[in-house]
Amino acid sequence: MSSLSATIQNVFNEPGCGKNANKSEAERKKGCTKQLQPGGAAGGCAFDGAKVALQPLTDVAHLVHGPIACEGNSWDNRGAASSGSQIWRTGFTTDINETDVVFGGEKRLYKAIKEIIEKYDPPAVFVYQTCVPAMTGDDINAVCKAASAKFGKPCIPVNSPGFVGPKNLGNKLAGEALLDHVIGTVEPEVTTPYDLNIIGEYNLSGELWQVKPLFDELGIRISACISGDGRYKDVASSHRARAAMMVCSKAMINVARKMEERYGIPFFEGSFYGIQDSSDSLREIARLLVERGAPADLLDRTEAVIAREEAKAWAAIEPFKKRLTGKKVLLITGGVKSWSVVAALQEAGMELVGTSVKKSTKEDKERIKELMGQDAHMIDDMAPREMYKMLKDAKADIMLSGGKSQFVALKAAMPWLDINQERSHAFMGYIGMVKLVAEIDKAIYNPMWEQLRKRAPWETASNNWQAKAIAQANAEAAALAADPVAAEAARRAKKICHCKSVDLGTIEDAIKAHGLTDVAGVREHTNASGGCGACAGRVEDILAGQKAPAELLQAAE
Amino acid sequence: MAKVTIGKKACAVNPLKMSQPIGGSFAFLGLRGAMPLLHGSQGCTSFGLTLFVRHFKEAVPMQTTAMSEVATVLGGYENVEQAILNIYKKQKPEIIGICSTGVTETKGDDVDGYIKLIREKHPELANYPLVYVSTPDFKDAFQDGWDKTVAKMVEVLVDKPTSTRRDPARVNVLPGCHLTPGDIEELRTIFEDFGLEPSFLPDIGGSLDGHIPDEFTPTTIGGIGLEEIAVMGSASWTIAIGAQMKRAAEAMQARTGVPYRLFERLCGLLPNDEFMSFLSEISGRPVPAKYRRQRGQLADAMLDAHFHIGGRKLAIGAEPDLLFDVASMLHDMGAEISVAITTTQSPVLERMPCDEVLIGDLEDLETRAKERDCALMMTHSHGRQAAARLKIPFYRIGFPMFDRLGAGHLLTVGYRGTRDLVFALANLIIADREDNHQPTPDTWIDPWKDFQQASPEAAVVAPLH
Repeated sequence: MSSLSATIQNVFNEPGCGKNANKSEAERKKGCTKQLQPGGAAGGCAFDGAKVALQPLTDVAHLVHGPIACEGNSWDNRGAASSGSQIWRTGFTTDINETDVVFGGEKRLYKAIKEIIEKYDPPAVFVYQTCVPAMTGDDINAVCKAASAKFGKPCIPVNSPGFVGPKNLGNKLAGEALLDHVIGTVEPEVTTPYDLNIIGEYNLSGELWQVKPLFDELGIRISACISGDGRYKDVASSHRARAAMMVCSKAMINVARKMEERYGIPFFEGSFYGIQDSSDSLREIARLLVERGAPADLLDRTEAVIAREEAKAWAAIEPFKKRLTGKKVLLITGGVKSWSVVAALQEAGMELVGTSVKKSTKEDKERIKELMGQDAHMIDDMAPREMYKMLKDAKADIMLSGGKSQFVALKAAMPWLDINQERSHAFMGYIGMVKLVAEIDKAIYNPMWEQLRKRAPWETASNNWQAKAIAQANAEAAALAADPVAAEAARRAKKICHCKSVDLGTIEDAIKAHGLTDVAGVREHTNASGGCGACAGRVEDILAGQKAPAELLQAAE
Repeated sequence: MAKVTIGKKACAVNPLKMSQPIGGSFAFLGLRGAMPLLHGSQGCTSFGLTLFVRHFKEAVPMQTTAMSEVATVLGGYENVEQAILNIYKKQKPEIIGICSTGVTETKGDDVDGYIKLIREKHPELANYPLVYVSTPDFKDAFQDGWDKTVAKMVEVLVDKPTSTRRDPARVNVLPGCHLTPGDIEELRTIFEDFGLEPSFLPDIGGSLDGHIPDEFTPTTIGGIGLEEIAVMGSASWTIAIGAQMKRAAEAMQARTGVPYRLFERLCGLLPNDEFMSFLSEISGRPVPAKYRRQRGQLADAMLDAHFHIGGRKLAIGAEPDLLFDVASMLHDMGAEISVAITTTQSPVLERMPCDEVLIGDLEDLETRAKERDCALMMTHSHGRQAAARLKIPFYRIGFPMFDRLGAGHLLTVGYRGTRDLVFALANLIIADREDNHQPTPDTWIDPWKDFQQASPEAAVVAPLH
């Protein structure tokens, strides 16, 4: 059994992650975590991440060992859907008190497991470690081991106390718990050549079920989904699947890669967001399964399904074109969905503001992911007033983003649609994209906006809050323009790398001082692009901008 | 008179309780231009933040000292210092309210000491309003966090009066955390109708009522200002609402000499009669006609609703003050409080109109409601699963209420608030009877089964009005 810190090191050293492979040895050790800034951090902790990743396992009791905050403040807050057991929505916690802090909470934890098994009899109990018992030294591995032996029921320790890092680290630590204690512990009753694992999909709003009928039609069997609508036994026996799809997010890449290593299950990274991505993913699944011995006719059958579904989807989007052509969308999201959503919106005739990407080449796809990732970072750090000005300047008709920015959009009487994980609509597969377009249409054409944008009878054009916000922003801009020193300071203070919190000035100084010419050099001296790597493009732009005068000088000579 | 018992389970199932530091942060959210800061790992803040956002459907300011494993072990001075400096520079709040958490209390961080050092090291912060409250997660509950924080605000932010002259129109109001922004607004109107000028500490009615702000700020958008808190010593009275506020009211009296009056309940006919009489007495004005009319409306609502509420067995899970207030009102209308579950100790629990109050969780509420055949469940949104399993009507009270809209505007106070609550509950019961309890030819096939089970004292007679 490796220690928690060894596991974390191991998780950081992920060869399956392209970004990680590009880093230097020292950077790799630091991991892919965003530097947490006291007083400036947002987002959940590692415990949150672990719970998010595993909680969609529906028939398991999830027991949180810690004070009331960790479970009491957070239980039953996820939109994942279950086709069977509801025990995953039951909140279990040891709710430790002062006595447990002083004398240790292991006995309470053991008793808690016993009570759960007696009352609820789940196929397994997952035990989550949290900060306080991690500090006082409660050994949840030992308690789980003893409880498993005594009660003859798997008790799975999930070692991911909040203070070891942010949410995405917790996702990976959850994966390690599955790899160490669950996957491969049970042999499946039946296997077929069409057995597929889906990794990193949480079945939010039941969106997995938008795609599952297509699998059923093709005879593809989901042997385990980790972890959306998952069952303990399915995950425990998922090592016999023929192929795996890692849903386009790096959260559980360690699970996919290690299952390939250990059990020879090939995987690919795909997504069911967007029409093109759905087709690509279905093709890839068929190809992998046939490669692993499924009858070759699966390929043709898959193509037939793809052709039919695509035709249906485009036909369903067609009627919206007239209404949506020329409408401007401000899309702000990181990660998986940005690209796929862009393609569908463009197909519906909508225009994207805030990015310069026009066409659907592979490079554009990478670029847009990068851009949107940066924008998502930015908006997290943005003051609401600046955000309002951005919305106003963009002259957008609708904003699509994650939950946090919604209140600014809504208070600015700007139609808004949630496309991140808290959303209540399912947008997966072919039907999902059509639903997204329909939702956008519904939002933009709601007659309410017209009323809300009207001033109250006692307001004048200059004394309402919108005008004030804009006036304030303009005043600040004017003040900057009048003061070159402050303007330069503001220019230099622009954040380039949000992960490592590096500003433009620092990078420029480093380039000048050390004569840097490439991103690697900048990373070495300033740490910029040492996190998620999404800002490498900006750093390149800065390098190009700095180089230009020198080259001009040379040319002049 | 109730016996108060403490649950003996090792495992809390479906918690009713929420943690102390977010109760504390909630109180800070009622100050103008405030930024609550939790000293703990970032999850401590994000869970609380998510709760508030889902409940109020508003952007909520809240920050974290983002304690890492190493910082937690070595002590969090630098994190507290950096967090305060970053917030001071970036969001420029008028006040930073700091609550500790389980992590930093286990280590034993001396935050008061830290703040002293930080003030010495950074002269710009020497007089900057920083209020710190110790609120370990592994002790007490949400309500306790709120009351400790308000008491601390009084001690730190209220000036000692320089003269003994008091303004007869000014009253301090210390509301418990069980009151909604809507309740606060209702009370504000009532005070103003008596010609009184109330200062609510804290004032979530001003900050979390869901208004569109005049300008965008990254801090709270409304609430009581520091200058108004500072002069609370010149008020003629302090009115505390909910037993939890006794600590803060006593702190106010000790600091300023302003006498206080505690109203444990403001839901129901008699508590509001008492409240109105008191306001009439201190303001020297008769009770306005509006409230005389509202009293009549409440009395009539009680008459109409007692047919439905009277004799019903209710299962209620809530923090002590809300539980006591609402349960007492319903008991006064002939309901039977069959199950009462709460989160933490309080002097009001012994006076609950039922046999037993259990400090427990929603599993306790569910199993007892089932055993005792309750006809209505009342608790926060997390009770939805239990009520669905028991197939009984469900009324959401307390915090959090994340699966319905308008949580901030639900009323329990005043004649009017009580009237609306009584109607809402009676309507739920009527709808349930229509949907699920229509008589069929088989309804009386075994007519005596209910009578064999019921004990004589379980039969409740609705009091005459």
